[in-house]
Amino acid sequence: MAKQIEVTDVDAYYGSHKAIEGINMTIDARAVTAFIGPSGCGKSTFLRTLNRMHEVIPGARVEGKIRMEDQDLYGSDVDPVSVRRTIGMVFQRPNPFPTMSIYDNVAAGLRLNHRYSKSQLDTIVEDSLKGANLWNEVKDRLTKPGSGLSGGQQQRLCIARAIAVQPQVLLMDEPCSALDPISTLAIEDLISKLKQEFTIVIVTHNMQQAARVSDKTAFFNLAAQGQPGKLIEMDDTTKIFTSPTQKATEDYITGRFG
Amino acid sequence: MSAVTPEIQRISGMRRFKDKGVQALVYLAFVIAVIPLVSVLWLVIANGIARLDLEFLTHSMRNIGARDAGGGAYHAIIGTLEQVALASVISVPIGLFTAIYLVEYGTNGRLKRSISFFVDIMTGVPSVVAGLFVLAFWILILGMPFSGWAGAMALAILMLPTVVRAAEEMLLLVPNDLREASYALGVSKWRTIVKVVLPTAFTGIVTGVMLAVARVAGETAPLLLTVFFTDSINNDPFNGPQMGLPLYVFDQAARPNDTAIDRAWAAALTLIIIIMLLNLAARLITYWRSPARKR
Ligand SMILES: Nc1ncnc2c1ncn2[C@@H]1O[C@H](COP(=O)(O)OP(=O)(O)OP(=O)(O)O)[C@@H](O)[C@H]1O
Ligand SMILES: [Mg+2]
Repeated sequence: MAKQIEVTDVDAYYGSHKAIEGINMTIDARAVTAFIGPSGCGKSTFLRTLNRMHEVIPGARVEGKIRMEDQDLYGSDVDPVSVRRTIGMVFQRPNPFPTMSIYDNVAAGLRLNHRYSKSQLDTIVEDSLKGANLWNEVKDRLTKPGSGLSGGQQQRLCIARAIAVQPQVLLMDEPCSALDPISTLAIEDLISKLKQEFTIVIVTHNMQQAARVSDKTAFFNLAAQGQPGKLIEMDDTTKIFTSPTQKATEDYITGRFG
Repeated sequence: MSAVTPEIQRISGMRRFKDKGVQALVYLAFVIAVIPLVSVLWLVIANGIARLDLEFLTHSMRNIGARDAGGGAYHAIIGTLEQVALASVISVPIGLFTAIYLVEYGTNGRLKRSISFFVDIMTGVPSVVAGLFVLAFWILILGMPFSGWAGAMALAILMLPTVVRAAEEMLLLVPNDLREASYALGVSKWRTIVKVVLPTAFTGIVTGVMLAVARVAGETAPLLLTVFFTDSINNDPFNGPQMGLPLYVFDQAARPNDTAIDRAWAAALTLIIIIMLLNLAARLITYWRSPARKR
């Protein structure tokens, strides 16, 4: 069950520094939304506000409204832990748990929350690893530590770990920046497959990737260094890449800056 | 553009010379640092090995006359093991929870800073003072008897700051990425600490606790004031005076006969061996727990 996300007037701060300002957007269910924009414009920051990971940083806070269907994610009675359970996340740098085996890494989110039988876990772990196109490479060494994998394999392990808990939304922060072209293609295929079940948001610096995988694209920019980042425009991906309404978007996409 | 074109150069003779010179200095410093350690070990082994026999390890000093040979340190070994174990039981949980609070929960708070401050002060508390405190509070004011437990409390006061600092350092070494990865899976903060942070820091924390144990196992002064002294076996650390290996060494070494001096050396050697065995056990635990070994 994928869900739509509605964002209204969101600002995010690190202490007194305002990193993003006045973001309004709708993220469609069962679609891929890509965030693009120059480095430091607040893509990661905004992504982290969507599953309440932003407030984990000391001094960081969020203003504005984010709703998933009819639920206010920042409501005063909402448990941020349960928000993160429904909105999964894959980070820019692969971060498998070093004390856990490959199997335990994938099972971590499940085990840490509920009790599952061994056979249930086996099935979910296998499905998740297959879903992340890692199964064939690791099926003979599931009990070896996850930190013994290559960077690209580690990232796919993290994707497997995130989809194992069956979230409704999957946030990916430059998930392919550590991957080779083959794994990148595998992940992109995976994204296309996953969007039938999940709502997917992906941050990427790779224009071709945004064009290939996403249905909608949002372009972020900041007026000047030290200014908060803003959403410049958001539209269907084909529209953004063929006839953007803003000059800045066109300049960025055609590689004139950023 | 600057006119100087960089070129690849040979390592100059001067740099090679400096490198070798500093290397020699480092080796020299190492040798100097090791001399006291080796000579202490050598002295204790050479003098202690003679009396370190089965009788010594299984008998107490009960009914051993002032000039008699024989006798042993069984009562002191039991006492030391029990007191150190109890001291760890008190100080490790408190120390660990304190460290968890300092690293994971105490964000820039005043409480965090004052705890940190008091831990620093505790580090500087002389061991006699810890003993005096327990003597004054537990034994004189509350009227409790001398016991291994009273000694363990004094030792725990000495262990606590070492455990807190060691655990704090190890928790700080756990990368934030791992905590975030766990939160992002919808795991609560406390479960993240228990299931992800502590296992990652486990090896280092065990090493830190072992250091604290080793430091405290050789303390004499606080024991003298709290467990008192006995020549007989007392297996119950909660009732009546006990013995400890440091006390035993202190007592025997002060006697005028060679038989007693020999016993003192043997007891010192026993203490060193016990600490080494504990260290070995800790190594084994961390070795078996390390992920690289899993099947
Ligand atoms: N932990 C933090 N503490 C303080 N400021 C931060 C922190 N993380 C990011 N910032 C600031 O917030 C702004 C937005 O950063 P963010 O990481 O969201 O950019 P980004 O668009 O993801 O960039 P990139 O494409 O390089 O990943 C930057 O000015 C950055 O310096
Ligand atoms: Mg980023």
